[in-house]
Amino acid sequence: MGFLTLEGVSKVYGGLAAVRDVDLAVARGEFVSLLGPSGCGKTTTLQMIAGLVEPTAGRIGLDGRDITREKPNRRGLGVVFQSYALFPHMTVAENVAFGLEMRKVPRAERDRRVAEMLALVHLANLAERYPRQLSGGQRQRVAIARALVIAPPVLLLDEPLSNLDAKLREEMQFELRRIQRSVGTTTIMVTHDQAEALSISDRVVVMEAGRMTQIDAPYRLYEQPATAFISTFVGKMNRLAGVWGDGGVAVAGTVLASAPADVAAGTAVTAWIRPEKLHLRPMGEGRLAGRVASRFFLGGHWLLTVGTEAGDILVSVPNTGEEPAREGEPIGLDWEPASLRVEAGAGAAA
Amino acid sequence: MNRSVATPLMLASPGAVLFAGLVIVPLVLTLILSFLAYDHGTGIKDSWTLAHYMHVLSDSYYLGIFWRTLRLAALTTLICALIGAPEAYILSRMRSPWRSVFLLVIIGPLLVSVVVRAFGWSMLLGSTGLVNAALAAVGLGPVRLLYTETAIVIALVHVMLPFMVIPVWTALQKLDPMVEAAAWTLGASRFSALRRVVMPQVSMGLLSGSLIVFGLSASAFAIPGLLGGRRLKMAATLVYDEYMHELNWPLGAAIAILVLVANLVIMLAYNRAVEARARRMLG
Ligand SMILES: Nc1ncnc2c1ncn2[C@@H]1O[C@H](COP(=O)(O)OP(=O)(O)OP(=O)(O)O)[C@@H](O)[C@H]1O
Ligand SMILES: [Mg+2]
Repeated sequence: MGFLTLEGVSKVYGGLAAVRDVDLAVARGEFVSLLGPSGCGKTTTLQMIAGLVEPTAGRIGLDGRDITREKPNRRGLGVVFQSYALFPHMTVAENVAFGLEMRKVPRAERDRRVAEMLALVHLANLAERYPRQLSGGQRQRVAIARALVIAPPVLLLDEPLSNLDAKLREEMQFELRRIQRSVGTTTIMVTHDQAEALSISDRVVVMEAGRMTQIDAPYRLYEQPATAFISTFVGKMNRLAGVWGDGGVAVAGTVLASAPADVAAGTAVTAWIRPEKLHLRPMGEGRLAGRVASRFFLGGHWLLTVGTEAGDILVSVPNTGEEPAREGEPIGLDWEPASLRVEAGAGAAA
Repeated sequence: MNRSVATPLMLASPGAVLFAGLVIVPLVLTLILSFLAYDHGTGIKDSWTLAHYMHVLSDSYYLGIFWRTLRLAALTTLICALIGAPEAYILSRMRSPWRSVFLLVIIGPLLVSVVVRAFGWSMLLGSTGLVNAALAAVGLGPVRLLYTETAIVIALVHVMLPFMVIPVWTALQKLDPMVEAAAWTLGASRFSALRRVVMPQVSMGLLSGSLIVFGLSASAFAIPGLLGGRRLKMAATLVYDEYMHELNWPLGAAIAILVLVANLVIMLAYNRAVEARARRMLG
């Protein structure tokens, strides 16, 4: 069922395991993001799929075929490199045409497809420039066009949008998604931008130190992070160390109402809750009293740090057009008990 | 104000004096010498003449030597390019301990005097040398290598190779290895990736290496002197002969000037081609 499959794939660089025993099955037409901090092995994984790095162990399959030892030029995958890797001595149009030329596409059709692709990435007027005459974002779009024009069965993108400004980035995300939907290209995109991974993908793969620690739909990844690292890497998270008591978690003497947990009373636990699951209440109401320590305006919402007896807690308040509590103001905090999750162990509060 | 004009001049003066003393003055003296009349009985005379130039340019003996110089220098350059470019490519793809080892192997010969290396070759290529001994061992008759153009080219290639490998290697160092990988992922075989992507980018290194190798080969003295023998002369050995054996200094000077001009013309023309290409590629 997996169109592209990795089975027990590892890569060791002189004693250092860059990728460890990775399993992944990507369905045909799926858009998967590889998300993780710098140096966790995202590029290495992508390059093993592209055939540029030979796995130390494991199997890679494409459409039922074992491609583990196949040469990169036989795999026919579209790759956008982190460093763009444009051909410096060729113009933008020549760069994009290269893959078609290698496929012996006739001249007229080649020119037509190159022009179409350049229009798609908004570079039609720069076709005759050389890469050195382009900005970082423009180079990145040339790299995307060059990979897309050959209509590959699988598209591998290594941080393809990292150098674009916010607006163009959103536009290109939308564009990538549109192309991917209309052509049905199976896509794997590496990113360390969690918002991008969540918004664009069907599934997100989180990598930590060479391992894939969670593979899930964006919504589930956000709601049910598998590890403490993921909970803080994807979105913001309040993590409080406490002790399990009846009906709640005791944190620094205050008992917080929470979802039921499968642990014995008296066990050390970590409670966690997303900032947007907390609601501001007037002073004296709610489940926990506190005082606003700092306040940031982020456009769509406000991010407040509230000092409480249980520690500093981040609260996200939607922007309704009215200012929420000011710094120094005493307030109450409330939440649905089900939103406060509990896990055993005093897990390092992040 | 005055001071700020004087400072750069002062700073440039040591270099200018050195350049004038070591290059300009001898060159001007040689130029003057080449126009002085010469008589076998009385030596250099005090009158001006173009006779030496006429003589050199109309005598097939001299023209033959010029032609040989040009031919052997060009051949050496070509062979150096054919060996040096792949050598540099392999070198740039080697892993860390081996790369330094082989780089040393390539540069190492530069530490040995050209004369010593030429003697080494004359021992290898001589009629009882290692090469002929090896040929005899497999039943092939002795071949005449020493005092042939082949010997000169072999030794020149050996001496000049580092001057080709180093510029090409430097050009390769600047190349993002992922660029070649990108060509593979787009369907290019190893060979097409080399031809279409790697070669055009190291061509600058190859062209500048060629310029150095050609210039040095065309003016080489020790190697044609020791491996070409008395009869097989190149431009530099010819000039030496005119000065030291014929004692006809003005004629030697005229030949030297002609060689210099020919070399300059060829290298400047070549350099223009290189620069035109560089402008197109590097902006
Ligand atoms: N050629 C190599 N030789 C040795 N170690 C390497 C090599 N390439 C990568 N590594 C190591 O492997 C690990 C994973 O590298 P990789 O490039 O896959 O990280 P990444 O997740 O893409 O990071 P980033 O987000 O910064 O691009 C790193 O620790 C890196 O130092
Ligand atoms: Mg990377």
